[in-house]
Amino acid sequence: MVKKIRVLVAKPGLDGHDRGAKIVARALRDAGMEVVYTGLHQTAAQIVNTAMQEDVDVVGLSLLSGAHMTLFVDVAELLQEKQMQDVLIIGGGIIPQEDVPRLKKAGISEVFGPGTPVEDIVTYIKKNVKR
Amino acid sequence: MTNLAQKIISGDHRSIARLITQVENDDPDAVETMRQIHRHTGKATVIGVTGVMGSGKSSLIFELAVAYRAEGKKIGIIAIDPTSPFSGGALLGDRIRMTELSTDEGVFIRSMGTRGMMGGLTSALYDVVEILDAAGMDIILIETVGVGQDEVDIVKIADTTLVVLVPGLGDSVQTIKAGLMEIADIFVVNKADKPGVEQTIAELESMLDLQSGLDRRIPIVATSAKEKKGIPLLTDKITEHQAYLKNSKTFEQRRRQRYEAELIEIIRKRLMEFIFDEKKLKSTVDCCIEQISRKELDPYTAADQILGKILK
Repeated sequence: MVKKIRVLVAKPGLDGHDRGAKIVARALRDAGMEVVYTGLHQTAAQIVNTAMQEDVDVVGLSLLSGAHMTLFVDVAELLQEKQMQDVLIIGGGIIPQEDVPRLKKAGISEVFGPGTPVEDIVTYIKKNVKR
Repeated sequence: MTNLAQKIISGDHRSIARLITQVENDDPDAVETMRQIHRHTGKATVIGVTGVMGSGKSSLIFELAVAYRAEGKKIGIIAIDPTSPFSGGALLGDRIRMTELSTDEGVFIRSMGTRGMMGGLTSALYDVVEILDAAGMDIILIETVGVGQDEVDIVKIADTTLVVLVPGLGDSVQTIKAGLMEIADIFVVNKADKPGVEQTIAELESMLDLQSGLDRRIPIVATSAKEKKGIPLLTDKITEHQAYLKNSKTFEQRRRQRYEAELIEIIRKRLMEFIFDEKKLKSTVDCCIEQISRKELDPYTAADQILGKILK
């Protein structure tokens, strides 16, 4: 039996910049994970449905537009609603420090800002996957 | 019947997703459920979509799915991308072209890595097709990895195989080469908005002119996912092919082929497990390698000895 960590890398909202998301996706691939990339402009419902069909262990949200307080929280709430609490949610992008505590309270386990070494994200995921 | 099997048959997406993960991971828990759902399979039409990378397979599948949804059919989509032989990881990016389907209750999409399997497929594919079939999908669309000329295993599992080509891939000699060009039930010339379509079609036609001994001429359909062109014709040709299969009894033959491939795959996996999980056997193998490198034993004799122990 071979268990592989499956990760959904998702770009919610109207933000059209995905270089960061692609770099993270590639780093996770190189760390032996199966990474599903959604592409741009996803709604919370699309992300959660995709996470369910793909049966991922982790949802990684990337956003640079500033709408994270709405969109990250929407995704977390919808995952909760669908009883997918065993999915680890992490976020990244341009997120002001003062927003982080509220995001964590909403269910985003960790937030990775600009300049984070990708190895840190790999290590965090490996240590914290819930199943 | 297991709880999971019941939920699969009722079409519950979450349960489908979970069981697929189990079969992908070779989880022994999956076996009982797989046993129980088998009798509920056999109704779905399985369409394989193969072709070189970048030929537009994902976009074409999206268009086909939209067309079948308009007829009220339930759709399962399996999109396969390569697993890295170096890291074991994979980037599964086929859903990008199918975003609009991800909230449709009548569509279930799953991305899969090849996980070391050759031939353009993944080892768990047979199981996943059974799961989606038992869950009541009318149509199952399988997207292979972007293939070269030699990855043709999709024919073992699909009822209808579409080989997707694009203009400008090479001259007419390419069309008479063996492998990929031999497995099409329908040729699709995609990206028909690009120059060179007429030539590609003409070359395919002249290849088909040389084909003898077939009771059916393989149709060629020009499509453009970008300009939404050719899809109704393609679905018509798929329906025609299904009718042909049923009338010519080829259908039964293909299904038997699939079950044969599936059975062999299960036996192969079990054998591999048996060989490599058995700690004692592993030490025998290690010991043999030691002897082989010291020239006290040759690999053939060693293999005979090891196999003798397994098959005893």
